[in-house]
Amino acid sequence: MATKKPAKKKPVKVTKAKSTKKAPKKEMVTVFIMGKAHKVPAEATIMGAIEYSGYQIIRGAGCREGFCGACATVYRLPDDYKIYTGLACTTLVEDGMWLSQLPAIPAQRPVYDINKIEANVATFQKLYPEVFRCVACNTCTKACPQDLEVMDYIQAAIRGDIEKVMDLSFDCLSCGMCAIRCPAEIVQYNVGLLARRLYGKYLAKESKQLKKRIKEVKEHKYDKEYQEFIKMKKEGLKKKYYERDIE
Amino acid sequence: MYPEYMNESLEKVAKSRNKRFDLEKSGKPVFPPMNAEEREQVLNKFHPDYKIEARRKIHIGPNKGEKLTTEVADMLESHSRIKPELFDLIQPDYETDILIIGGGGAGCAAAIIAMENGAKSIISTKLRLGDSNSMMSQGGMQAAVTAQDSPTTHYLDAIGGGHFDNKPELVRALTEDGPDIVKWLEYLGVVWDKNQDGSLQVLHGGGTSRKRMHSCRDYTGAIIMRTLMDVVRNNPDKITPLEFMPAVELILDNKGRCAGGILYNLETEEYFTVKAKATIITTGGYGRLHIRGYDTTNHYGATGDGLVIAYRAGAKLLYMDSVQYHPTGSVFPEQIAGFLITEKIRGAGGQPLNKHGELFVFPREPRDVESSAFIRECLERNNGVETPSGRLGVWLDSPLIEMLQGEGYINKNFPAMHRQFIRYGIDITKEPMLVYPSLHYQNGGIEIDEKCETNIPGLYVAGEASGGVHGRNRLMGNSVLDYNVFGRRAGKYASQYVKSAKLGPLTLAHISDYENELKSAKIKTDRIAPVLLPSYTPEDVRKRQLTAHYQGTLR
Repeated sequence: MATKKPAKKKPVKVTKAKSTKKAPKKEMVTVFIMGKAHKVPAEATIMGAIEYSGYQIIRGAGCREGFCGACATVYRLPDDYKIYTGLACTTLVEDGMWLSQLPAIPAQRPVYDINKIEANVATFQKLYPEVFRCVACNTCTKACPQDLEVMDYIQAAIRGDIEKVMDLSFDCLSCGMCAIRCPAEIVQYNVGLLARRLYGKYLAKESKQLKKRIKEVKEHKYDKEYQEFIKMKKEGLKKKYYERDIE
Repeated sequence: MYPEYMNESLEKVAKSRNKRFDLEKSGKPVFPPMNAEEREQVLNKFHPDYKIEARRKIHIGPNKGEKLTTEVADMLESHSRIKPELFDLIQPDYETDILIIGGGGAGCAAAIIAMENGAKSIISTKLRLGDSNSMMSQGGMQAAVTAQDSPTTHYLDAIGGGHFDNKPELVRALTEDGPDIVKWLEYLGVVWDKNQDGSLQVLHGGGTSRKRMHSCRDYTGAIIMRTLMDVVRNNPDKITPLEFMPAVELILDNKGRCAGGILYNLETEEYFTVKAKATIITTGGYGRLHIRGYDTTNHYGATGDGLVIAYRAGAKLLYMDSVQYHPTGSVFPEQIAGFLITEKIRGAGGQPLNKHGELFVFPREPRDVESSAFIRECLERNNGVETPSGRLGVWLDSPLIEMLQGEGYINKNFPAMHRQFIRYGIDITKEPMLVYPSLHYQNGGIEIDEKCETNIPGLYVAGEASGGVHGRNRLMGNSVLDYNVFGRRAGKYASQYVKSAKLGPLTLAHISDYENELKSAKIKTDRIAPVLLPSYTPEDVRKRQLTAHYQGTLR
């Protein structure tokens, strides 16, 4: 990343997101996209590099900001035996990187009715029995591009500690890297999703105020004021708006 | 890591922090909020929409003669991808009760409610199920739940934020359904941020007069979207998602009722016909059109496809002259330029500051006003910070949040934001972020009523693709609420409609008619829409893409 201030600074006059000044000459690196060499800017993300090389992505891009897990990528680096995993949208390229995207992850997923299952360990035994094959090798945790404690939440699932699974898996993007690396063939991200839904539905404490408000709406408590507002002319509404108090 | 030359400015930010902390603690606004005249002034001069070249007249279709956002008018004045005469409409490839176009939040919510009302549906989606802006919302969802709040107060906030242009019956539906949506989502298994006693945690958003932002850390959209998707996937006999199969045209019947659509398999390049008694468009927005050259916070598929296919079929658009720029898009580092930085940061006490470390605007004005104030600070007052690539931005002081809410608050409540920056060596618990407005939301869309009906019988629209709910400016947290409220309503009313709907012979005559309209208006263009996917292929690669004739699927 450049750390020097650009020498010349001209005042910007127009409303534009980017200034028009010439970008400094880019440092380039070589990456191997599915084995084929391409020269790409050294500061590019993997996704940026793929597009820079001329590929139109169909599978392998989604939100492009690290929320959807569509762009799971595996790569290796020169003189390094390790296999690395990352999201193409947020991982930077390195010189000599050999990469391939995984356009979809094959994963088992039982069909279930959330209303007919219970928030306990028996549900995991029934729907995801392979969870109990976990050998605690920690490969899933190492593979997680979000740095989640994946193995810990699988262990929590084995204990039936649903709150812990919910908490540890909360930021999961379902990119599937854990599942593809797991020697016990567990689909961790689906286990996490099930646990979060069980927690939200059955274990989270109810809000009394929410119940009360829904009842008030059903009993038409706000009808009169709504009608008043809807009938009100713009000027009257404007006055009410600018005079309203702020919490 | 920030480049060295920014240190002086960063020190000023750190230096003014204690004073700004006291100000925040005083309970009074940290900067005077603008009155009506001040808002109007800054919008007129600095909002990108108010530039002359930002809008142009459209020459054909239901909104003929109206001024629309230039890029939208361009997209609408375009050719279809298909030749209508090549399609056999007598034996459709698929038949269903409801065709839902778009597999994001609104689409999934509609499918679930339609199913509960006895209607089967097909969800056509361009990318994977759930690949949508719904997945990306971070900050939260508005709903008037607390004792000091009310749905009517929410109504007033939303309609004032929208410059009083919102359709009143839609705002009522939005705000009145709000509390029930919180409950419904929890019933499906969404994990809301809660206090020990089960009460819901709430924060302010821009333009809210009460704290009513409900969240799931800063993965609100991801948690809700994955829950809705899970419900869809648990009902494979009632809901059929077709992935990488976007709709490229609507089909009508001989009486002008909507009767399904033409789907395009992005991978095999085949087209398929779907006959449906009702159709719901839930295609979301258009950020990937990069209006006025702006970066966008939107997902890869946000190309406004629903607008153009509905427009060709005769649907009316509303407020398609109004674009939302989110005040806090990231500008540094370059790799994440345009990325969304949630408004929840300001809801939790984060403050926007100029290069001198000074406050220059109330942190939570409605989005268009806040964005315009940022642009003014950078362009007119020359108080922005310039990045090495030449972008301008203002600081968003996140370390203040740790002082206000306690140490560890950012890691617990903003894990996505923290992750986004720490990858580049910026710890937002210790250093501020650099931000500038980023193209975020399509304020207008296809006009609907409170049943999500359009002027075409059998065609329903919900979510960002629709117009009228938010007037000309949406408030934070009202889009997550919108896609749930109107997704559910579309599912409900469409499933009621299909019970008695009978279709006549199917037709694509409107496609040929539209083509004729282009000709009579003397519009010569090689534009084809829907756009489907944006292209980021560099110019030098494009120059070598010289295939003269296409055969089969070999491009």
